[in-house]
Amino acid sequence: MEEKVYIFRIKRFNPQSGPESYFQDFEIVLSEYERVLDGLLKIQSELDPSLAFRRSCAHGICGSCAMRINKKNRLACQTLVKELPKVITIEPLPGLPVIKDLVVDMDPFFEKIAEVMPYLINRDPPPERERLQRPEDQEKILEAITCILCGCCTTSCPVYQQSKDYIGPSALLRAYRFIFDTRDQAGKERLERITSKIGLFHCHSALKCLNACPKGIDLPAHIFKLKKLALKTAIRRKD
Amino acid sequence: MEEKRHYFDVVVIGSGLAGLRASIEAVKVGSVAVLTKLYPTRSHSTAAQGGIGAALGNEEPDDPAWHTFDTVKGSDYLGDQDAIELMCYEAIPTVIELEHMGVPFSRTPEGKIAQRRFGGHTKHFGAEPVRRACYSADRTGHAVLFALFEQANRLGVRFFEECQVLDIVIEDNKVQGIIALELKSGILHIFEAKAVVVAVGGFGRLFKVTSNALASTGECLSMLFEQGVPLEDMEFFQFHPTGIYGLGILITEGARGEGGILINGLGERFMEKYAPTLKDLAPRDVVARAMLQEIREGRGINGKDYVYLDLRHIPREIIEKRLPEISSFCKIYLGIDPAEAPIPVAPTAHYAMGGIPTDIHGRVRADIGETFIEGLYSAGECACVSVHGANRLGCNSLLDTLVFGRQAGKHIVQNFKDLTKGSVPRARIERVKDMIKDFINRKGKERLSNLREELQEVMTTYCSVFRDEEGLKRAIESIRDLRERFKYISLRDSSLIFNQELLNAFELYHMFNLAEVIAQSALMRTESRGAHYRVDFPSRDDEAWLKHTFAFKRGEEIVFKYRPVMITKFTPQERKF
Repeated sequence: MEEKVYIFRIKRFNPQSGPESYFQDFEIVLSEYERVLDGLLKIQSELDPSLAFRRSCAHGICGSCAMRINKKNRLACQTLVKELPKVITIEPLPGLPVIKDLVVDMDPFFEKIAEVMPYLINRDPPPERERLQRPEDQEKILEAITCILCGCCTTSCPVYQQSKDYIGPSALLRAYRFIFDTRDQAGKERLERITSKIGLFHCHSALKCLNACPKGIDLPAHIFKLKKLALKTAIRRKD
Repeated sequence: MEEKRHYFDVVVIGSGLAGLRASIEAVKVGSVAVLTKLYPTRSHSTAAQGGIGAALGNEEPDDPAWHTFDTVKGSDYLGDQDAIELMCYEAIPTVIELEHMGVPFSRTPEGKIAQRRFGGHTKHFGAEPVRRACYSADRTGHAVLFALFEQANRLGVRFFEECQVLDIVIEDNKVQGIIALELKSGILHIFEAKAVVVAVGGFGRLFKVTSNALASTGECLSMLFEQGVPLEDMEFFQFHPTGIYGLGILITEGARGEGGILINGLGERFMEKYAPTLKDLAPRDVVARAMLQEIREGRGINGKDYVYLDLRHIPREIIEKRLPEISSFCKIYLGIDPAEAPIPVAPTAHYAMGGIPTDIHGRVRADIGETFIEGLYSAGECACVSVHGANRLGCNSLLDTLVFGRQAGKHIVQNFKDLTKGSVPRARIERVKDMIKDFINRKGKERLSNLREELQEVMTTYCSVFRDEEGLKRAIESIRDLRERFKYISLRDSSLIFNQELLNAFELYHMFNLAEVIAQSALMRTESRGAHYRVDFPSRDDEAWLKHTFAFKRGEEIVFKYRPVMITKFTPQERKF
C-alpha cells in the first residue's frame, strides 16, 4: 500500500490557554486507504494528545466528526486522504461557537431541530397491527430519513451564517420528514412553525447545502417541495 | 472542580435502543435522565443495519415458536429458554409498537412491514430460511434510534449529552446514583436516583479490527465488576463474518439475506460444504469459522487472509433499494461498486453475548442465585439475560435491546413505590476526583495509545475465533503486564474541558478488566460452544459445560461460579445447519 506524507494544518483553540485561535501544522504519514479521521487519531496518539475532535462510528453513520476540510464541510471518517492535496486544512464547522479545537457547541443547531416538533404525531388510537404505508408513499421520505444530524448543511448555509435565528436546512429537512410521512397528522402545525419567524421563506436558494450533505441528500429539492406545499396551503386558506 | 447535584427517579446510562426504550417506559411514572458520552443519535445502535427479528408473517407464514427454536439452537443451547421464549413472542408487539412510534420500515407492495431472510432464522424448526427480519433498507438501527429518541424527547425524558460516567455508586447492595464528567464544561455531575439502568452497549474496541464505534469500550461494566457485580459468559464474543477487509466496517448479513454468497480464492461457494441446508445463511459462528478455515488452508483470495462476498448476481435495483448504505461504504472506502465487483471481507469483532447478568426484568444479579442489586437494571448488549447464549443470531440484538429495555422500564414502573432514593456518599465523589487528579498527574514514560494498541493486538491474537490454552495463558500474562505498565503512563493534557486523553486513559484502565475476564473465562471453559472455539477442546461438552460462567472480582483475583441453563422445551442436540 502506498504511503505519503501529509501536512494537517489544524485550527487550534483552547479556552484555558487563551482567547485566540491559531493554525498548527502536523506532519504525518498515511496510506492511500486512510481517512482524515485516521490522520487525526494518529496525531492525537503520537504527536499531540490534547487535540480535541468528536468521533465515534468512523464510517459515516453517527454524524460526530463533521468538520471543515479544505474549506468544505465534510465527515472526517468519510474523506479519504488520497482525494486531497498534501496540505489538508482542517477547521471546526463554521457558525457555531468553538468549545475546543475542532469541537463546536452543537446546541444552537439542535435547538432549531427541536422547533419543528421532530417526532411522529398521530392522534388516532393505534391499530392492532402496523399502519399501512404504500411503498410509493414511503418513497417521498426515503431520502429525508437518512439524515444523520451532522450539521454540515446548516453550517454551510449563507443565510444561517448571517442570522443565527434562521431555522436552517437541517431543521427544514426534519420538518419535511414528518410532514410528508403519510402516518403523521401534525403537518399544519409544523408548516406554521417553519414559516413563522426566520424560516422556510428566508431560504433564497443559495444552494450551498446542495453538495454539503455527506449522505448525498438533495436538500434544496426537499426545501423546494416544502415551499410549494406552504404556498398551496396559504392560497387554500385565503380561498 | 465544580460540582452539580441532581435528583431523578430514574437515571439511564446510554442512549442507544435499550436505554431509550427503558426511558420511554419509566417516564410514565417519574422523572428520567438519560446520560450519554456522545449525543443520543450518535449511539452505536445507529450502525445496526440488517433488521429486527419478529415472526410477523408478512411475507410468508412464520411462527414465534420457530423463532424461539432458532434462537435456542443458534445459541448452541446456552441461552435461557424462558427468556428466549419471552423475547420471541414479545417481538411481534414490539415491532408493531415501533411502527406506531414512527419508524419508517421498508414496506411490502400492500404497505405492510417488509421482511427478509437472515442467518439462522428458519421455518418449521430448521427446514429452510424464512423472511423474518423487519428492516428499513440497511439502516434499521438508525431508523429505530431516531424514532425512539424523538418519542423520548416528546415524553419529557431529560438528556445529558457528552457526559462520561466515572462511577456507578453501589453501597449496601443498593445502587445510589452515578458520578459523571460533562465534557464541554468539565463539571462533575452527581446524580442520585431510585433506579439506575445500565444500557451502555458493547466493547468491541478491545479488539484490533471491529465493527464497533470508537466509543464502544465497556467501562461501565468494569465499574460494576470492580464493586463485586459478576460478569456472565464473557468468553462468548461474536465475530461477524463480513467486515470490510482491513477496516472491519460491517457489511450486513442482509446482503446474504438478499442472495449474496461467499466465495473463496478458487471461486467456490464454500459454505455449501460447511452448512448444506442454510449455506451462507448459517449462524455467524459457523460462517466465521468456515471463512477462517478456508483462509488457513490457503483458499483465501490470492492466498491472502480474506474471501469475497459476491453480490454481482443480485439485480442492481435490489442493491440500490435494500442495501444502499453498504453500497456507499464500498464505493467510499474501497472504490468498488458491489453490483459489479465482489467485496473483500474477513471476520470482524462485533458483539458480546456476555455481560452484566440480569433476570427477565432486567434486574442485575448479585450472585448466581436469585439475589439482586437493589435498584440496578441493565439491558441491551452490555447485559446478559441470557437470550443469545454462546452465539447470537442476526436481528436478535435490536430485538433484545427493545424487549428487555422495556422489561426493565416496566419493572421500575411496577415497583416504583418500593424503590428507595439513593444517596451518593461524599467519599465516592472524592475518590473520583482523586482518580482524575492521579491520571492527569501521571508523568511516566509509557504512551497510552501504545498500551491500547498492544492490548487490542493481544486480544486479537489469542482471544478471537480460535483459542487454546497456551494462547489464553499468554494473553492473561500480557494483559497483566500491560496493566502494570499503565501505572507509568504520561498525560500531557491537563485541562478538564474535552480532555479526550483523560477519557482514553479512563477507558483503557477499565478495558484491562474486561480483557482479563474474557481471557480467563475462555481459559476455564474447556469445550467448544457457539462463538467460543477451543482448538484443544473442539467438541461441545454438555455434561460438564451446559452452564453459564459467572466471573467475580475478589481482590486482585478473578473467581468463577456457574449457573445452570434454563431449559424448558428444547433439549440440547448437536447443531447441524
